Amino acid sequence: MVSALLVMAGIALVLGAMLGFASIRFKVKGDPLVDKIDAILPQTQCGQCGFPGCKPYAQAIAKGEVEINQCPPGGEEGIRKLADLLGKEFKPLSAEHGVEKPKQVAIIHEDVCIGCTLCIQACPVDAIVGAAKQMHTIVAPLCTGCELCVPPCPVDCIDMVTVPETVETWKWRYPVIRLKEQAA
Amino acid sequence: MIAALFSFKGGVKPASHKDESTHAPIIRAPLPPRLIVPLRQSAGGAPRALVAAGQNVLKGECIGSPEGDFSSAIHAPTSGRVLSVEPRMLPHPSGLSALCVEIEPDGEDRWGDRTPVNYTAASPDALRDILRDAGIVGLGGATFPSHLKLKPGAAGRIGTLIINGAECEPWITCDDLLMRERATEIARGIAILRHIVSAERVLVGIEDNKPQAIAAMRTATARSEDVAVVPVPTRYPAGGEKQLIHALTGIEIPYGRFGTDFDVQCFNVATAYSVQRAIELGEPLVSRIVTLSGNVERPCNIEALIGTPIDELLKLAAPKADTDRYIMGGPMMGFTLPATGLPVTKAANCIIAASPTLFPPQGAEMPCIRCGACTRACPAELQPHELYWFSRAKNFGKAQEYGIFDCIECGCCAYVCPSNIRLVDYYRFAKSSMRTLEREKAVADAARERFEFRTLRDEREKAEKAARLAAKTAAGRQAAEGAGATKPATPAAATQAQSPADKPLAPLDDQKKALIAAAIQRVQAQKSGVQPKNTDNLTPEKQAEIREIESRRDKVRELAKTPPEEPV
Repeated sequence: MVSALLVMAGIALVLGAMLGFASIRFKVKGDPLVDKIDAILPQTQCGQCGFPGCKPYAQAIAKGEVEINQCPPGGEEGIRKLADLLGKEFKPLSAEHGVEKPKQVAIIHEDVCIGCTLCIQACPVDAIVGAAKQMHTIVAPLCTGCELCVPPCPVDCIDMVTVPETVETWKWRYPVIRLKEQAA
Repeated sequence: MIAALFSFKGGVKPASHKDESTHAPIIRAPLPPRLIVPLRQSAGGAPRALVAAGQNVLKGECIGSPEGDFSSAIHAPTSGRVLSVEPRMLPHPSGLSALCVEIEPDGEDRWGDRTPVNYTAASPDALRDILRDAGIVGLGGATFPSHLKLKPGAAGRIGTLIINGAECEPWITCDDLLMRERATEIARGIAILRHIVSAERVLVGIEDNKPQAIAAMRTATARSEDVAVVPVPTRYPAGGEKQLIHALTGIEIPYGRFGTDFDVQCFNVATAYSVQRAIELGEPLVSRIVTLSGNVERPCNIEALIGTPIDELLKLAAPKADTDRYIMGGPMMGFTLPATGLPVTKAANCIIAASPTLFPPQGAEMPCIRCGACTRACPAELQPHELYWFSRAKNFGKAQEYGIFDCIECGCCAYVCPSNIRLVDYYRFAKSSMRTLEREKAVADAARERFEFRTLRDEREKAEKAARLAAKTAAGRQAAEGAGATKPATPAAATQAQSPADKPLAPLDDQKKALIAAAIQRVQAQKSGVQPKNTDNLTPEKQAEIREIESRRDKVRELAKTPPEEPV
């Protein structure tokens, strides 16, 4: 009887020690859920969701404080992925946060630009090159199309243009099976 | 030398239709009135245009320079005038446009500089650079820059060189005719390729339905050592690079690895031919042989300049009246051209005129019954029906797990499918979607990194500014304390005498005053510092002149101060 109790207590102690060790040794730094959500978000850093960047929005989603349908650049597909990840119901994109648009980049009309640096300060990803009283320009491959540089411009010299499809970025369409030949 | 033959699994045997276009010798296409040369004709980045509208070019002049090493140059196919450099529709399944150089030939076909090179005396690196600048790409259809394939791996050499003359796809005969007529040049090209990678042996794989080509290649390579012409059984896709390498050497190359990693490399016969022209004649790749076949009166092989509009070529073959579309490439892997009038590119090995009788429309797609016919036919030993399900469900992760990137899109599975499923369309959709997702992910990761760095920098700058301000205030306070100890000694003593209760307040007041005084002093010092300094080291005459001007200015200032006289 006593020996049985001792054995059980011993096993409990050993297992407890192992668990305790594992919890320290294999501690996960940061919240893995936030990183997973952040990986789904498009990293436009546009702030349309009401948070200053994608990461803060991901943190808020992870805490369950906000809805998952507040990211217009991520679009419907992004909401579906978030819903899948979090086991939530799919919701259409909330209209107050914006509408889904094709990918855009900003273009500065360089002959109008006065070199005020306001857009440089607004750009969340440092995609604008320029200095005070010098012409600014957008580094197109780095531009996320967040539109944050458009309102601060005092001379309205920034336009958003949709990125055209090229032979390099073109992709095959989903095969459509026509059940019935359409009448001409 | 006897080469052991291995076999690849699967494959199909469609009707070859090669007879039609092999009766006539290769003919040279007449100069078309316009040439449209797309700048991007190889895998890798698009070359940068070197010419502008209105400029005259000579045949073989470089008009697009390769950007970086993973690209290949583009040359003017004939002499003439550049009409425009603008986006034009490409012979591509998307029907999208890209930058093209339009040239109006002057009819003289005058060559620019041609510098033949003695390859035995040149270093492999120099030869690779020549091939890159001559725009040599794989002419089998993939247009992968050849100089990249010729880079040996860690060993510094490639043991086995394979020359692909299999030409397995139905209707296409351009390589067959090239081997029959220009075997000597191909053999010399093979010798150059061999020299570059110092290959031990060369295997020329030709499907056994081309006895004339085999005989010609055997005669041409008879005197070279360790070059074997190996007839391979006729079975589509024996000419697929991976399949041919496997058939001749037994080596299997997985997706994402290159032949070089396995001590083997494969080149098309037409590529070997253009390598010979580039090195021994100094002629860049400006033309290729195109098979015109299908629903035409005169099927033939034409040596056409790159950029020749396809409808100009079709005039020579005379398509029949019931032709409803044109296919570029073969019927298995090719695509329907989005329009006629598109230019011949380095990838254009064959143009097939299609008619409803020749290529009857495929029946309606029916559900997959999991019969497994596609699995037996797949030369890459994949499970096409599984890939189909995953691609259709957009379950890309799973499709990748089942090796969708090992699929060579040969079309065997769709050919044997009893349910008429366009399997390859699904694979192409899945593959290109995955590539797009990957590209987008890379862009998003970069944006995240830049955003995080920017946030970090902002915080750091804020902290630095605060620290600077604190340091400045502290320094000012210290200076004030130092000044306050000596200067206002008497008033301080007076206040001390008046009321000891005010004592702690007084120094604070003084400090503030001293701070303000110090600031005023600083500003004054700055003001007095800003004096014209470029007048210091001047000749006495100049200084006299300056003084004169200054006095005149003073006078004007004086005048300005006095109120203007009232008009009488």
